[in-house]
Amino acid sequence: MSTGNMNLTLKIWRQKNTKAKGGLVDYKLSEISPDMSFLEMFDVLNEQLISKGDEPVVFDHDCREGICGACSMYIDGRPHGPKDGITTCQLHMRSFKDGDTIVVEPWRAKAFPVIKDLTVDRSAFDRVIAAGGFISVNTGNAQDANNLPIPKVQADSAFEAAACIGCGACVATCKNASAMLFVSAKISQLAQLPQGQPERYRRVQSMVAQMDAEGFGNCTNTGACEAECPKGISLENIARMNRDFYSAKFVSEEDI
Amino acid sequence: MAELNAHIPEGELTEKWTKLRSSMPLVNPANKRSIEVIVVGSGLAGASAAATLAEMGYKVKCFCFQDSPRRAHSIAAQGGINAAKNYQNDGDSTYRLFYDTIKGGDYRAREANVHRLAEVSANIIDQCVAQGVPLAREYGGLLDNRSFGGTQVQRTFYAAGQTGQQLLLGAYSALERQIGMGKVEMFTRHEMLEVVVVDGKARGIIARNLLTGELERHSGHAVLLCSGGYGNVFYLSTNAMGSNVTAAWKAHKKGAFFGNPCYTQIHPTCIPVSGDHQSKLTLMSESLRNDGRIWVPKKKDDTRKASEIPEDERDYYLERRYPAFGNLVPRDVASRAAKERCDAGYGVGKSKLAVYLDFKANTERYGRIEANVQNIHNPDKETCMRLGREVIKEKYGNLFDMYAQITGEDPYELPMRIYPAVHYTMGGLWVDYNLMTTVPGLYALGEANFSDHGANRLGASALMQGLADGYFVIPYTIGAYLSKELATKPIPQDHPAFVEAEANAKGIIDKFFAIKGTKTVDHFHKKLGKIMWDKCGMARNAKGLTEAIAEIQELRKEFWSDVRVPGEANEFNPELEKAGRVADFIELGELMCIDALNRNESCGGHFREEYQTEEGEAMRDDENYAYVAAWEFKEGVKFELHKEELKFENIKVAQRSYK
Repeated sequence: MSTGNMNLTLKIWRQKNTKAKGGLVDYKLSEISPDMSFLEMFDVLNEQLISKGDEPVVFDHDCREGICGACSMYIDGRPHGPKDGITTCQLHMRSFKDGDTIVVEPWRAKAFPVIKDLTVDRSAFDRVIAAGGFISVNTGNAQDANNLPIPKVQADSAFEAAACIGCGACVATCKNASAMLFVSAKISQLAQLPQGQPERYRRVQSMVAQMDAEGFGNCTNTGACEAECPKGISLENIARMNRDFYSAKFVSEEDI
Repeated sequence: MAELNAHIPEGELTEKWTKLRSSMPLVNPANKRSIEVIVVGSGLAGASAAATLAEMGYKVKCFCFQDSPRRAHSIAAQGGINAAKNYQNDGDSTYRLFYDTIKGGDYRAREANVHRLAEVSANIIDQCVAQGVPLAREYGGLLDNRSFGGTQVQRTFYAAGQTGQQLLLGAYSALERQIGMGKVEMFTRHEMLEVVVVDGKARGIIARNLLTGELERHSGHAVLLCSGGYGNVFYLSTNAMGSNVTAAWKAHKKGAFFGNPCYTQIHPTCIPVSGDHQSKLTLMSESLRNDGRIWVPKKKDDTRKASEIPEDERDYYLERRYPAFGNLVPRDVASRAAKERCDAGYGVGKSKLAVYLDFKANTERYGRIEANVQNIHNPDKETCMRLGREVIKEKYGNLFDMYAQITGEDPYELPMRIYPAVHYTMGGLWVDYNLMTTVPGLYALGEANFSDHGANRLGASALMQGLADGYFVIPYTIGAYLSKELATKPIPQDHPAFVEAEANAKGIIDKFFAIKGTKTVDHFHKKLGKIMWDKCGMARNAKGLTEAIAEIQELRKEFWSDVRVPGEANEFNPELEKAGRVADFIELGELMCIDALNRNESCGGHFREEYQTEEGEAMRDDENYAYVAAWEFKEGVKFELHKEELKFENIKVAQRSYK
């Protein structure tokens, strides 16, 4: 079914389940087309493995257009591979050369245990959001949307933070496995909007507490997260989160 | 033939919903706490329904097959969400949104449902803004709008090319808030495999824990299916890889009728197929048609580059054929027009199955406006193009980046190559006005139901419908059913119906592993997709559909005797998940062809070649086909047709014209 002429060697992390010991396994692939996406190349590999009676490689993926945040491969030492500003599913084989050896591993972080092969458990992110990543407004309470003008610059900045897809590349690339970029993106989105003010300080305290409880590391300002983020989420968000976190100690009347 | 009662409230169209809402039986707060509701799916419809029902006090269990509810495929919706706010002062109104939707659906939708949708559309925008969804704004701080196909007003709200993402994350955060409070129990990486029906009422589901393979029994007083559409029956579509019909299909097999299965939306602006390896197709948002002009060369088999073809040798065929709506005709019309040009030999690109979507004229126009804003007088063309590119980038940057990634071409320099692709399914589980299926206590919301879009959905209406159903419709209508269920004790999970449903689910899984065939699941899925695309795609005819039915029946036999599912049942096994989904797609594919063959007319996305006007437009047959086809599943994969007659009391039914 392949149509191209690239030959590749893949070294892929295989691990039966969370408790099993994993390791890199070599696979040879030929006739790969440069127009294929990286995950389509994995489809070809899996079809071949199944036909041979082997078990296919398990990896998370869904929308295959860079927005759902499911795909999560650590390719040649970088989350989502060698190109900037894209997810694994948007990576195409034209970014590689014939004869390349490509190493593919799962996200590695204490808070993201490996489930199987390249799939990890990122439910910690959901729990951080559940701790405070929202505005407490029940359905049916809202006023007319245009009763609340928001300066365009502010709305755009909130949108940029809200563009996070929750893939976890920031955690995977961080030497401390810190989730500060992810957490701060949500805090920052809501802190910049008038709707987010009533819970602003409560939110930052609860979300940070949950982040710590999940076992994510601290931030040492290396900036790797920003560099590897497929959506270009800015480090400024971390600064804003830290500012709000410390302000909360003085401003907030609640102790969380 | 059972009587199909849509339970449309009496009274004036504009009063129906208001009156019903005010007279709907209520469930008091103390009673809500002991009533359990199961929600399958966590996209716009599922997440909004689960969150809202939990806010109201119901005990909610929500299921999704993804690792997080935030990854449901609503996230990928790009262009926008319609609402009759009339913020642009361009003459919009609830009635106009209602009218556009009925007309856009080629007069095959239910008036009362569509009017309700238009009524609540404005509340959705209010709700989302209150949640902190960062919709696009103008410099004055108020919300911005853009235009979409099939309308002449600007009523589409948006967040760059990521509107679905932002709306879903809004609903997701509302859902997570309820999860955090313990009012929703969330089951991620779980797939529903059976609906459990006790004494004729939906009372629970069997779900497979995808990580452990364990089959779990979950009981509830009502079950809501918010599991999306079935476009992946075509293998290649803009749907996510995991999008599937399984939940809806299992419900269908338990007695829920399937409405209008043949109504499929083929979206005109997708990135063309690049080769056999292709696993999915990527949409380029309809909003691009605001600013892009679609054309092909006037000369057949023109091999020149787009930039070398002078203006007077380009055929802007949509503007030529439909001067009133131009590039903003509805999707079905635009798709067929592209196919017509390509079939006639005017297609572009390597495959010749593509047309150009060109932004040059508008880039320059925007640049000129921007130059004025920046006080640059008499700007030259180059300055205009440079400034214009910045404007285009702000509006559609992420889409242009996606295009460049996939094709390796720069859309700021070259026109995009686009071609139609399967995008959305208007058909789905038949529901009454209250969103209940033909199984009492079993509801279907969002794309999973058939109700609001008729034979063709207008752009930016899917997000509207998903959120309308979840935030503003089901919270009211479910009360009518649950208020009669107060005496129902928690459903015992050792009830024979649960035992039987679980055994059924297990039986299918065991069967997969017993086949030990030679072909992968994808092999069959691709074969099915090809049959569907060739014979039940953009154009259909009786001969092709008859052949397709026979081919699909043959494929089903082959699948059940030669599929190979690796691994084991009691582990994380995506191939097993795929096998279950493809098995259901095969049965559904047959029903889609049967439905398409039965409908001897052309309407919206359903284009039967035998029924067209001299100009090649869809020709409806209102006398014989102004009905919803609701199919009942019968033993041995047989289907029986029931009809719900469509009555148009507030709109004059006419030949649709966008000229």
